[in-house]
Amino acid sequence: MTRMPVTILFRLAWRNLWRNYRRTLIMLGAITVGVWAMIFMTALMRGMVDDMVKTAVRSLPGHVQIHHPRFRDDPSIANSLPPPGEVLVDALSSDQVVGWAARVRVPAVVTSERDTRGTTLVGIDPEAESGLSFIADDMIEGRFLQSFEDDGLVVGRKMLDNLETKLGRRVVVMSQDAENEIIDRGFRVVGVFESKLETTEERFIFTGRKTVQSMLNMNEDVSEIAVVGSSYRDVSNLLRLQQVLGPEQELLPWYELDIYLGSMLTMMDGFVLIWIIVIFLALSFGLVNTLVMAVFERVREIGLMQALGMRPAMILLQILLETLLLLLVGLAAGNLLAILTLAALSDGIDLSIVSEAMQMMGVANVLYPSLQIGDIVLADVIVIVLGLIAGLFPAWRAARYQPVQALTTV
Amino acid sequence: MSTVCCIDLCRFFVQGEQTVRALDHVNLEIDKREFVCLSGPSGSGKTTLLNAIGGLDKPTSGEVWVAGQRIDGLDKADLANMRLHHIGFVFQAYNLIPVLTARENVEFVMQVQGVTASERRDRSMALLKEVGLEDMEERRPAQLSGGQQQRVAVARAIVSNPAMVLADEPTANLDSVSAEHLMGLFVNLNEKHQTTFIISTHDQRVMSYARRLIGMVDGRIVTDEIR
Ligand SMILES: Nc1ncnc2c1ncn2[C@@H]1O[C@H](COP(=O)(O)OP(=O)(O)O)[C@@H](O)[C@H]1O
Ligand SMILES: [Mg+2]
Repeated sequence: MTRMPVTILFRLAWRNLWRNYRRTLIMLGAITVGVWAMIFMTALMRGMVDDMVKTAVRSLPGHVQIHHPRFRDDPSIANSLPPPGEVLVDALSSDQVVGWAARVRVPAVVTSERDTRGTTLVGIDPEAESGLSFIADDMIEGRFLQSFEDDGLVVGRKMLDNLETKLGRRVVVMSQDAENEIIDRGFRVVGVFESKLETTEERFIFTGRKTVQSMLNMNEDVSEIAVVGSSYRDVSNLLRLQQVLGPEQELLPWYELDIYLGSMLTMMDGFVLIWIIVIFLALSFGLVNTLVMAVFERVREIGLMQALGMRPAMILLQILLETLLLLLVGLAAGNLLAILTLAALSDGIDLSIVSEAMQMMGVANVLYPSLQIGDIVLADVIVIVLGLIAGLFPAWRAARYQPVQALTTV
Repeated sequence: MSTVCCIDLCRFFVQGEQTVRALDHVNLEIDKREFVCLSGPSGSGKTTLLNAIGGLDKPTSGEVWVAGQRIDGLDKADLANMRLHHIGFVFQAYNLIPVLTARENVEFVMQVQGVTASERRDRSMALLKEVGLEDMEERRPAQLSGGQQQRVAVARAIVSNPAMVLADEPTANLDSVSAEHLMGLFVNLNEKHQTTFIISTHDQRVMSYARRLIGMVDGRIVTDEIR
């Protein structure tokens, strides 16, 4: 007895939808534009955050990092790691790992003939770093380091300006060894890099890992091992490295290494949700209004259908189906439009006009929208679920009509 | 067993200070296969009585029995089911669903009942033929004349073999040729399908077809004659 004659309900819903086709088209237009705005703007925001995270992750952290558990509180030589053992090297050669690098990283002071600056001296293995961090790609003058034994110094452009020195000149770098003795060493500036972020250009100076290790008497020890996987979004595979680590080794994902960046990404998800809901709310007024009108115009035939034996639940379902069809058509058009515009912009959007401001936020001049399937699904599901809830009110009103009243309404 | 039975049926409408007694203690029994005309001046309660019998309206007091079931206390869903399976309706006007074709309108009740597509098609085509509209099956109501629309409604009312058909002034909007045709159809169906007909009218031509003529005035039955 409770079965629903779905075919006839669908037919009625579909034909009624196109009955006042002008009103339906206006509403469809609104849904299409709304859905387009949801998906398009979300892809832009995602693209922006993507760029920020990728830049930040490339400016050294990697996707996960291994350190001595106390290193983050006190980044001194005393809190170093032994070089990666055989088991760890084995684990790091798995498919999940795109690249990894062991580095020495110590607080240091760099002095030229004119000025002195605090910075971080990073000893790297340039071969391991290629593809992992930015420096090799962003050289503007001189050469990059050639091996882990290289004793040249690579500094940022801003640092070079600050020190008022030049490529080819010598500077003195001063730091502390494991016994807290001050050690200094002369370096020749062999290369200059630039970065999207000026602070990066001041924060780090680079030389060969071996050079730092022998300067500070630390044997083969390293400060951190940075590991990069296939995507910063999912580092769960990399976190499994924990299984092969000892107690004196700590493994942390990028979003815990850089809490600001991590919370940014979480905040972004919240933003996307709010944005989608706000647009939907704007749409919902039109939607409810359209449906109320559609029901109101049909009082008599709804009464007729009830008189002929359609139960109130069927009337309710019919109006909800009509709502659903309207939403589905609008969603299809909106999704298509968004995907097409984003495809047309896949070469990136040039933001150089506003780049000064954007650069301060760590965003590149060219913005690449990032279309995530999850965001499309989220937008579509929200529109359908909330749309049907909005449709409940007119549907409920229609189902409450008394057949005799409805039939005598002229 | 009677098809319809009304006991002390009252339906009052309260409008401000005034109470309109649209049905005033009506007692009525109609048997299977009867062909009944409700006659009386406008405002005498014919529509109200048909609505009460059809479960479209709740009486103020009294009882309504249809096919052995008391219906005045049923809820909306049960009333809809009762109408779906036992009663065919022909209203005075606005009988058809505008977005459906003539044949789809005839099939509507069967479709809600869950009759299979092929059986629906056979039965609706047979009845459209019987009412003389076999070439109009694909037309929408707006493309049909008033008389043709009423005939589609009649086909729909009887297509699922209901126990009775309630027709409220079915000829009111028809010219006399169409009206004669429609009444001929009713008589024919009454004899062929043994369907009970209750037709309200104040049209003399219609009354001449009736085998039982009930006269109403001010919500009361004043005459009831078998002819
Ligand atoms: N919904 C209603 N509200 C108020 N009064 C009504 C309503 N329906 C019918 N009436 C009154 O009840 C009386 C009987 O009406 P009705 O059954 O339509 O008469 P008929 O069909 O014989 O013309 C009339 O006086 C009419 O005004
Ligand atoms: Mg009437």
